[in-house]
Amino acid sequence: MTNRNEKKAGGYLLNTLLSAAVIVLAAMAPQLGASVKGVTILWQLCYFIILACSLNLVMGFLGQLSLGHCGFMGVGAYAAALISLAFQRAGIYTEKSGAAFMLVLLICILAAGLLAALVGLLVGIPALRMKGDYLAIITLGFGLIIVNIINNLPFCGMGGLSQGSAAPALYANGLGFVAKQLVSYLWIPVVLTIVCVAAMFMFVRSKYGRAIMAIRDNEIAAAASGIDVSHYKVLTFAVGAFFAGIAGAIFAMCSSTLSTASFNFTSSSILNSTFIVVMVVIGGMGSLTGSSAAAVLLYLLNYTIKNGKWVHALPLFMRQAFAYPMLVYSIVMVVVIIFRPHGIFGTYEFSLYNSVSELFSGKRGKKVPVKEAAENE
Amino acid sequence: MGAFLTALFTGLRLGSVYALVALGYTMVYGIIKLINFAHGDFIMVGSYTLFFTVPVLREAGVPAWLGVIAAMLVCAAVGMATELMAYRPVRKTGTNMTALITAIAVSLILENLAQAIPAIGPNPRTVNSIFASGGVSLSGATLSWATLITIVVSLVVMFVLYSFTRGTRLGRAMRAVSEDKQAATLMGINVNSTILITFGIGAGLAGVAALMYVAQYPAATNVMGTTLGLYAFVAAVLGGIGSIPGAMLGGFVIGLVYSFSSAYISSSLASTFVYLILIAVLLIKPAGMLGKNIGEKV
Amino acid sequence: MNEASVPVLKAEHLGISFGGLKAVSDFNMEIRPGELVGLIGPNGAGKTTVFNLLTGVYKPTEGEIYLYGKLINGMRTHETVAAGIARTFQNIRLFSQMSVIDNVKAAFTKDIKYGFGAAIFRTPGYWRTEKELDDRAMELLGIFGLEDKADAPASSLPYGQQRKLEIARALATNMKLLLLDEPAAGMNPTETSELLSCINTIREKFGIAILLIEHDMSLVMNVCQRIQVINFGQTIAAGLPGEIAADPEVIRAYLGS
Repeated sequence: MTNRNEKKAGGYLLNTLLSAAVIVLAAMAPQLGASVKGVTILWQLCYFIILACSLNLVMGFLGQLSLGHCGFMGVGAYAAALISLAFQRAGIYTEKSGAAFMLVLLICILAAGLLAALVGLLVGIPALRMKGDYLAIITLGFGLIIVNIINNLPFCGMGGLSQGSAAPALYANGLGFVAKQLVSYLWIPVVLTIVCVAAMFMFVRSKYGRAIMAIRDNEIAAAASGIDVSHYKVLTFAVGAFFAGIAGAIFAMCSSTLSTASFNFTSSSILNSTFIVVMVVIGGMGSLTGSSAAAVLLYLLNYTIKNGKWVHALPLFMRQAFAYPMLVYSIVMVVVIIFRPHGIFGTYEFSLYNSVSELFSGKRGKKVPVKEAAENE
Repeated sequence: MGAFLTALFTGLRLGSVYALVALGYTMVYGIIKLINFAHGDFIMVGSYTLFFTVPVLREAGVPAWLGVIAAMLVCAAVGMATELMAYRPVRKTGTNMTALITAIAVSLILENLAQAIPAIGPNPRTVNSIFASGGVSLSGATLSWATLITIVVSLVVMFVLYSFTRGTRLGRAMRAVSEDKQAATLMGINVNSTILITFGIGAGLAGVAALMYVAQYPAATNVMGTTLGLYAFVAAVLGGIGSIPGAMLGGFVIGLVYSFSSAYISSSLASTFVYLILIAVLLIKPAGMLGKNIGEKV
Repeated sequence: MNEASVPVLKAEHLGISFGGLKAVSDFNMEIRPGELVGLIGPNGAGKTTVFNLLTGVYKPTEGEIYLYGKLINGMRTHETVAAGIARTFQNIRLFSQMSVIDNVKAAFTKDIKYGFGAAIFRTPGYWRTEKELDDRAMELLGIFGLEDKADAPASSLPYGQQRKLEIARALATNMKLLLLDEPAAGMNPTETSELLSCINTIREKFGIAILLIEHDMSLVMNVCQRIQVINFGQTIAAGLPGEIAADPEVIRAYLGS
């Protein structure tokens, strides 16, 4: 047992060091001469990673198909934007810097997560009575209802709050960093992403993870083992929604205007509930590493399809397919489901400690069973 | 009175289409317990087929609505292809969840394929008046001939489907597969072929629904199927998924709810009401109005 | 009140109807601490239905169930487990994608005290609890000879070991009454006698009461102290194994007249 504890301590140390290094790098982005364009990509990667991992909690670990995940993100985004707007209009801060602003930011981030979690609770409760297919449709319905309601709330549109009127777009945002601010505040989404993913790891490797995986594998046996299935189902929906809300807060930070079109079931960009499902499926349901990797991969893939010069070099009929990349992604998803249903990573979780110790002890190629990787958390 | 009648007629108009679509949905779900997300997109396929065939028929001096035959054939072909290439392989290796995700993927593929293929293309295509315009008028509101025909067609289709599943050997095979796949196999029923034919019929029905939809709403776009499919699914659930008369009933109720909430409350919130009905049904009586409840054996 | 005199389980006039069909009617049973009682009957007699009634899967339409004197009618399944009943299933229900040890640890969930904050922030309390769980789980696996398979996926175990794991998992819930639903189903004679010794070991070590559904008569006759026979949802005989074996009603139920 002491060896296991040593491994755990070693694992934590390594992960903390690596995270600290990444955060310091991000904080030095202005000094490193990072471009706004490049940094914008990183902002977006951050919220996609959180979205994919949080959806995996519900889909991969709890085993329920949730099709309205971006609805929770939308709640978080609008909450962050409007609460900060309220503070701004009340004169608490004018410039987006300084102690007052940072405090407001913290409040907004927490509020975004909590409000989204509350909505997640509301979605989770009806979900208790339903199985598979129906539950999926209800989550889809909820996602659409959330968007529909935001569209119709006067304080969520146009000028926002007292100056607002019901509309799909919100033009006033108390956060909404632009240009140089995106570079100097890069450390914020980086910290948030690391904290959120770490928290999700902890959740999954504890009694909570075991309970929800039991429910996923055999709900009746889980109940017969004393697990309060309803409690854990609702809890997981709420937790998944909480993190989606945080992702929403990040979105609000890097977008000067918000539009409900971004948080729909499908949309013209890759920010939509369906695409997050694609990420989770391809990455591997049950692997947070997989979700993170798939989020990065698919985002970058999409970026290069949309912006890459190579697309023009393709024959016409292929070029047409790439003009609508969702076509490509859906075909890939079907192929993955048929030939590799567990996605790229299955239930494997990357362990920095294991990889490093393998490197140093020369035991390359030795397969690390899932359980051992788990001991290093 | 006029406003009420307009809302009523609009509701019947919408409801008749939802009923037809729901019939196809419910049939497929009843057999393979899969919500075929792509069903709405089969209608899109049918609508585009009509766009191509109707002018040709007009030219030949043949009634435009005969285009439904082409639509049914194309839809049936697409439906069966989907079953063969996507659903069947996943049914073998996957879980319920992956089957549903596959259905969503198929829906996306069809929608984006329609956008990507230049001949079909991203712009809406109009299919012009298939039936004579005008209709029955009351207090300034008109119930168009197209709507009346749609209602009649839906009832006929429902009746035919119902007798088919009760009376014919194939129909009984379909019902057997929906009740217990393993037992059906033991009885000598070829489950895979039965499922394939069910898809063919269900998708073929989507072709008929396409005709009726386009007769009343002449534009065909690549995304027309999504919302239509969702509302029809709500209708099928409301009526009792797997129940043919239920699909009819559900369709009309949803159509009327949408129309009346649009007219009297708010048109932008109408869709919320439809989804709230779905949630309410699944919470209160998941078997729907005319359906039966079957629990899991412990 | 003397602890030993309160029966672990007392079912009085228990019954359930599905529509017009009386699946179980007027079922009475009393199990005292440490007893091993068998519930037998032909297929479809209603034995698993009784289990489902006792564990809250079905709500009885008549009668009462008392666990150590506490009425447990209408409790949901996980609540009956918290009250002290655990069960295994006719068709093995394991958490197939989880490891063997996690299957057992999952059953500890209701007794784990640490909360959300402790789990996320990995407090010392969390580590302490997890270590305890690890030790207890390994101990349980040890009884069934599964310790060296602790980290293997549950689905990789051979059939006989899967059954044992299911029993180990049930034991992890710290129950007072264990319901075993055909534990010897699909086992060869060697496996069955292993199971027999396991059951005896459990009784000695944990002092729990066991209610056993089984078709394997050699197991039933060998291990049960008392047997109750049901057919068509009604009790047709109850008594010592010897009496039951000779009872004409029982013979008729199994073989027909």
